[in-house]
Amino acid sequence: MKSYGESKMRFQGKVHKYGININTDEIIPARFLNTSDAVELAKHCLEGLDEGFIHRVSTGDIIVAGKNFGCGSSREHAPLAIKECGISCVIAETFARIFYRNAINIGLPIVESKQAVKDAQTGDEILVDLEKGTINNLTKKRLYKTQPFPSFMQELMKVGGLIEYVKKKTG
Amino acid sequence: MGKTIVEKILSSHSKKDVCAGEIVVADLDFCMGQDGTSGIIIDSFGSMEMQNVFDTKKCTMVIDHSAPSPLQEVSAVHKKMRNFVKQQEISLFDIGCGVCHQLLPEEGLVVPGDLVIGADSHTCTYGAINVFSTGMGSTDVAAGFATGKNWFKVPETIKFDCFGKWPEGVFSKDLILYIIGNLSANGATYNAAEFIGKAIDVLSVEARFTIANMVIEMGAKCGIMLADKKVCEWVKEHSSRSFLPVGPDEDAKYLDIKEYDVSNLEPQIAKPHTVDNVCPITQMEETYIQQGFLGTCTNGRIEDLEIAAKILSGKKVHPDVRFIVAPSSRRVFLEAIKKGILQILVEAGAVIVTPGCGPCVGTHNGVPSDGEKVISTANRNFKGRMGNPNAEIYLASPATVASSVIEGKITDPRKYLET
Repeated sequence: MKSYGESKMRFQGKVHKYGININTDEIIPARFLNTSDAVELAKHCLEGLDEGFIHRVSTGDIIVAGKNFGCGSSREHAPLAIKECGISCVIAETFARIFYRNAINIGLPIVESKQAVKDAQTGDEILVDLEKGTINNLTKKRLYKTQPFPSFMQELMKVGGLIEYVKKKTG
Repeated sequence: MGKTIVEKILSSHSKKDVCAGEIVVADLDFCMGQDGTSGIIIDSFGSMEMQNVFDTKKCTMVIDHSAPSPLQEVSAVHKKMRNFVKQQEISLFDIGCGVCHQLLPEEGLVVPGDLVIGADSHTCTYGAINVFSTGMGSTDVAAGFATGKNWFKVPETIKFDCFGKWPEGVFSKDLILYIIGNLSANGATYNAAEFIGKAIDVLSVEARFTIANMVIEMGAKCGIMLADKKVCEWVKEHSSRSFLPVGPDEDAKYLDIKEYDVSNLEPQIAKPHTVDNVCPITQMEETYIQQGFLGTCTNGRIEDLEIAAKILSGKKVHPDVRFIVAPSSRRVFLEAIKKGILQILVEAGAVIVTPGCGPCVGTHNGVPSDGEKVISTANRNFKGRMGNPNAEIYLASPATVASSVIEGKITDPRKYLET
């Protein structure tokens, strides 16, 4: 589980675009929950939705999706699988709340932007800058501002996610 | 200014006067993990370099998602859990005990006014007995195990005022399916849902669990109800803990107030592949099914089995249909034996499986084949949910499922319930 502290704040990659209400059963079916090995989980990432995804994805790529991304089960295996298969960042119109927390906790960068999602197409090259709070669609030559994280969450991310936060508070 | 139930619970647990929108660090009354999520809880707990859980009486683990284990990899997770609970001296509900969300209230571990987190999205179920309970991921629950605290954004509340007289053959499942269809899968995202009104008051506590259980299907953080006399008596029967019910102030501020009259409600069906794809059963085209499933944290309780037995008494499950029944706990299982409910169901052709989640979550005990259609009392019909992305799942009340397995096609239960 890598923390934000160690990771860079800029991500550039090709877009894989999906629709609304992508649920965690589609991201990683329950029959794979018997492992917490991220490498094993990554092999089945998005299997329920798009079987070809895992063969097309390259390190650094970005998932772009509509509203309520990650709805359904609380399984942390979902953001783990996405992160491990090489996805550098997920941009969605909105995230389901448990997925949102899980992503922050395990250090999968996520950002919300309605307009960026609307305009983006599979194959577009996008640059996300978390520090500046911008999404730059290099293919479409359009720049978007992202929703800033609440300050409590920024603090969480700054120390490197929830595990580091707890260690710091209890240590 | 007045406060909602959730504002009050989060204020008392953070020892601060807080309102919707604020982020608080709050004290937890109980934390739970199940066998789909506890592997990572244990790993994250280790990464936090914690030696002991914050309170051995306030943490538990439940083996329900694959119980008994269908695979050696799952057995390894179960073993890891059994070792962890021994080392930490916390309780474990092992195979056969039942579904976590049935067990926590039934075992008296959670009571009105509590703040509870569980590494399972349907942790919202206990809202039916006035508990602010919500699902989180494994690392969040590990933080709960370690420190007895976690952070919450105080949610805004949508009030659902439900009134009218329940028609025959229409149940709390039909109401919550209707509401989810109405609001959509993210209609209440980040919000608390508060259910009040005469149509809620007349429901049993069991029927109320069904409603609170499904609020996550419209994105809600919790689905909370009042602790009326019925709830207080139910809790006292199950728990020795003292408690203080929490109600909203008269001038509490709501994000929205929605009114639902149940008088004209019909049995509802959620069609594949989303829970908000809902229509009244009278608008369904003829849909043949190959499997029926009665059980889960939504509808595996005694009155759910009872209504199914009432409909199936003296009848047979259609020869083209497999009918799988999973009582939601050992206690429910035993009561159903004592009441003769299981005899009726088994004579009709039902297959009884271990209390647990297996069929609903697709780990074992009834994975459908390609192209098959299943009618289920569960809470999710996502593609692949029952273990096969090429099967289709329809969600309905226990009465609708029972009627459908007789006829081999989705069937309005009212024809079997008219007296």
